[in-house]
Amino acid sequence: MITMEHVCKSYRIAKRNAGFREACRALFHREYEVIHALEDVSFTISDGEMVGYIGPNGAGKSSTIKILSGILTPDSGSCLIDGRVPWKDRIRHVREIGVVFGQRSQLWWDVPVIDSFELLKDIYTIPDRVYRSNLEELTELLNLEELLRTPARQLSLGQRMRCEIAASLLHGPKILFLDEPTIGLDAVSKLAVRDFILRQNALHHTTVILTTHDMQDIEALTKRIILIGKGRILMDGTLEEIKRGGASMDETVAGLYRAYEI
Amino acid sequence: MKKYFSFFRLRFVMGLQYRAAAWAGVVTQFVWGVMEILMFRAFYEADPQAFPMSMEATASYIWMQQAFLAFFMVWFMENEIFDAIRSGNVAYELCRPIRIYHMWFARSLANRTSRAVLRCFPILGIAVFLPRPYGLCAPPGWRVFLLYLVSMALGLLVVAAFCMLIYGLTFFTVSPDGLRILFSSAVDFFAGAVIPIPFFPGKLRALMELLPFAAMQNVPLRVYSGDLAGEAAARAIGLQVFWLAVLAAAGEWLFWLGERKALIQGG
Repeated sequence: MITMEHVCKSYRIAKRNAGFREACRALFHREYEVIHALEDVSFTISDGEMVGYIGPNGAGKSSTIKILSGILTPDSGSCLIDGRVPWKDRIRHVREIGVVFGQRSQLWWDVPVIDSFELLKDIYTIPDRVYRSNLEELTELLNLEELLRTPARQLSLGQRMRCEIAASLLHGPKILFLDEPTIGLDAVSKLAVRDFILRQNALHHTTVILTTHDMQDIEALTKRIILIGKGRILMDGTLEEIKRGGASMDETVAGLYRAYEI
Repeated sequence: MKKYFSFFRLRFVMGLQYRAAAWAGVVTQFVWGVMEILMFRAFYEADPQAFPMSMEATASYIWMQQAFLAFFMVWFMENEIFDAIRSGNVAYELCRPIRIYHMWFARSLANRTSRAVLRCFPILGIAVFLPRPYGLCAPPGWRVFLLYLVSMALGLLVVAAFCMLIYGLTFFTVSPDGLRILFSSAVDFFAGAVIPIPFFPGKLRALMELLPFAAMQNVPLRVYSGDLAGEAAARAIGLQVFWLAVLAAAGEWLFWLGERKALIQGG
């Protein structure tokens, strides 16, 4: 059970105009602009739910994921995940969650993937038996057999992403955060990733929160959608509710962005 | 404890695979060592009386320093850690049930150890056979050698703890380069990496020997040749322990603060 209540987070960003003179001036006098990444964000997600978290770039999606995974402290508001406050109880909290940041990598670049997995086993102190059965299952579902002995640097993006997802699930987390897991993937890899996430949810009742710009991801995976724009939750409902007539998902969402002027 | 050890092991194994870099390192360090010894020889022949260490001790100091360069050089920092902080990849490390300070400490030790293991043997092997007083001499006794090992381990820990401070400060700055350059050049000078500390004039030397930088390579390299012995050696090793505790405490505090205050860069 995940509850977020009235969470706010703002960043201070140094700004200056273009040009050499402005750059020199900025040495002595900095102008800051405060960006409100999140303003009064509240939602509740129950166990085993799959939720699509969408919004344009810079809407606050990643900030939300970072707060939920305990690596960012909000300015105000409260957040409770299975009774834990993520940023106060970081180490205990992250044991129970899995995170995939689509644009980053957690695999060790120069060594075979299996070495990274073995390290994660020790970091999470996963018991031998659990580790072996999880690894076996993930290897089969994500088709990793051939990849495990390859160094991460020699994997294609699609292959790597499958390994990244496996790495985040080795310790059998109850909650999975996916931050743009299908970014840059080809059609086959996308389908494989989606299929796997669906199965993971059905098999282990894993709660999944997914941020993406790919509306087909949303259509394939989630029933519930939370729309965020300019740091505010604009809509929280099911796919059917927002979809009008024959319009495609992309058109629907573009329509929403326009309607909310975000 | 096991998790830190596996971290150490993976980083260690990874370091061992860069063989070409290791051979290049061996050649560089060897040539550098020869040049330094030639320079000190010129000074020594000009006036042996003015030399604060014996020529043998100086040569051993230089050879041990070159062989274990990876242990003692503060500028051997891990680009991957800087990259992780700069690009925001550190987000993943923060998602682990592990203290980042300890994880990176283990990583630094492993990186330095793997580099040193690959490089030290060829250099030591050749230096032993160089003619006296320009080669590596045997230590005065096995007790001294044991003391040297202890002191070298402490020196390595102090260096790692010091680097952790720089990594920690990176949490608060946008780019780590400035801090890196500033610290590495200052430390090289004060640690006795350029010129051994005994060669500095009296008052400056006394001050330098108290600084944390002297607790890095200065103590073990001088203990080895017997230049630092008895009570002076015990005091110097005590000082190493003291600085290790202080630096580690400061680092833990800095990371504690950094983990709370830092922003993860990038979307």
